[in-house]
Amino acid sequence: MSKTLPTSDEQGKGASRRDFLKWSGAAVAVSLTPSVVTRAAGERADETIAGFFEKMPLKLEVNGKLHQLQVEPRTTLLDLLREQIGLTGTKKGCDQGQCGACTVHVNGRRINSCLSLAVMNEGQKITTIEGLAKGDELHPLQEAFIKHDAFQCGYCTPGQIMSGVACINEGHAGSADEIREFMSGNLCRCGAYPHIVDAILETKKGGNNL
Amino acid sequence: MINFDYLRTASVNATLDAIKREPRAAFIAGGTNLVDLMKRGVTSPPRLIDINNLPLKNIERTSSGISIGALATNSAVAINEMIRSDFPLLSQALHAGASPQLRNMATVGGNMLQRTRCTYFYDTTMPCNKRQAGSGCGALGGYNRMHAIFGASDKCIAVHPSDMCVALVALNATAVVRSNKGERRIPFGDFHRLPGDTPQTDNQLKAGELITAVEIPSNKFQQHSFYLKIRDRSSYAFALVSVAVALSIENNRISDARIAAGGVAHKPWRLLNVEKALTGQPASVETFQKAASIATQGAKGYGQNNFKLKLLPQAIIQALETASS
Ligand SMILES: Cc1cc2nc3c(=O)[nH]c(=O)nc-3n(C[C@H](O)[C@H](O)[C@H](O)COP(=O)(O)OP(=O)(O)OC[C@H]3O[C@@H](n4cnc5c(N)ncnc54)[C@H](O)[C@@H]3O)c2cc1C
Ligand code: FES
Ligand code: FES
Repeated sequence: MSKTLPTSDEQGKGASRRDFLKWSGAAVAVSLTPSVVTRAAGERADETIAGFFEKMPLKLEVNGKLHQLQVEPRTTLLDLLREQIGLTGTKKGCDQGQCGACTVHVNGRRINSCLSLAVMNEGQKITTIEGLAKGDELHPLQEAFIKHDAFQCGYCTPGQIMSGVACINEGHAGSADEIREFMSGNLCRCGAYPHIVDAILETKKGGNNL
Repeated sequence: MINFDYLRTASVNATLDAIKREPRAAFIAGGTNLVDLMKRGVTSPPRLIDINNLPLKNIERTSSGISIGALATNSAVAINEMIRSDFPLLSQALHAGASPQLRNMATVGGNMLQRTRCTYFYDTTMPCNKRQAGSGCGALGGYNRMHAIFGASDKCIAVHPSDMCVALVALNATAVVRSNKGERRIPFGDFHRLPGDTPQTDNQLKAGELITAVEIPSNKFQQHSFYLKIRDRSSYAFALVSVAVALSIENNRISDARIAAGGVAHKPWRLLNVEKALTGQPASVETFQKAASIATQGAKGYGQNNFKLKLLPQAIIQALETASS
């Protein structure tokens, strides 16, 4: 047996692979003053370059925390969030822009993080599903998803909720039809669509401050 | 994904210098097509030049119409007040494309240069002359339900997948491109090309050229524009057939007509014969039916896509009825 495979004993105790990835990411999180990020963005030189195997410095804000990282240019924002920063709430479904499981907000706008290179997000403010709740208080749309049973396996749910919050904020949650159209970028293999639409409609009607 | 050098530029001149230094480099804008193709090994540029910091995002009125920066996102253009009021066809076409998330990333320049969605192009184990010249066309005798009925060749029957470009060709837009040698303007109808013997080349853009803007001349189509997209599901799918219609109607007579179709050719396909058959005629169902009946002149099916020969005229009639009402 190959030595690199962990024995069942090693797998069963101690650090999980996920924890290892979190530690090895060496993310430096410092509490954020917004001006730090803005300044970093303003100071962009005329050219920034990273060589083939080089990692390049990247500063971005995730859920209100500033991260200073070293990344390979080919790392996607999705992989950065999950594997380097350790925020595994954002899911990888297709990794090809087709399912929406990886939806996050960049400066308040929803995008598919699987098709965005991490380095393209220098100085940006990222919000993931982990950033929606205020402490123990869930976001109104999270509450509505629970109330309406808007998921089965839950794999698409973080993407659905991030997309749903944006859908409401964009003013595209006026009717069930409009919600269906503007949520079409989020697929649900379990088919929880009717309840997802209900949850978004109710949250919109509640007029909650999102 | 095969690794690459990454370069971020902040000015158009620095970008043009950078592409001159490494002509094999690719620009990256939204990344929604390029990153996907790089992950799948369809393309592997040795260097990416990130152009997102270039000042090319503005949408401005000009003396003759409107100018849209190449880095304006598809969603920014689609919801722009000037675009919605003066060029509703473009806004509709953009809203019909991709998903809200993708439209927030995708740019005007990237949308123009997106590659075909032909499955043989995407699957690197399959023959595809567009991906690998001389390897053959898998779609010719294979799965070709999504493929072209106009202007194809025995080397390639792929279609250009864009919705935005169908509206832009109907609106007589112009692409503005820059290189170290200066600026040139390409009428939209000439921008994309037919496959012929060299399907690996999608368009007229030369090495080292950067798209900086798209210009659309003012028109009188505001009241009577419609983009109809027919696809396998009601949203978030590429077009089987799409039709962009823009009419100017005076005293119930069509004084000017523009029609283009998507999902039918290697380029957004302007239907000049249909436009001619409409112009000067009363805006009636009879006129629409007569004009639509000549839409497929010169068209050819390849088996699985034969249905498009019937679907296109029907789609044209429906789009004309909606636009004229
Ligand atoms: C799941 C999915 C569904 C989609 N559905 C649709 C749809 O229904 N309709 C539709 O129309 N599109 C659809 N798209 C395609 C989408 O519209 C394109 O991917 C997008 O428009 C590309 O823009 P971008 O800025 O992300 O380009 P990028 O991926 O950044 O670049 C694409 C190409 O353009 C080049 N480029 C970019 N900007 C410039 C410039 N200024 N000058 C010169 N070269 C440049 C790049 O080098 C690259 O070769 C879909 C995409 C996905 C992933
Ligand atoms: S994982 Fe990004 S869209 Fe599916
Ligand atoms: S809840 Fe299972 S995929 Fe949506």
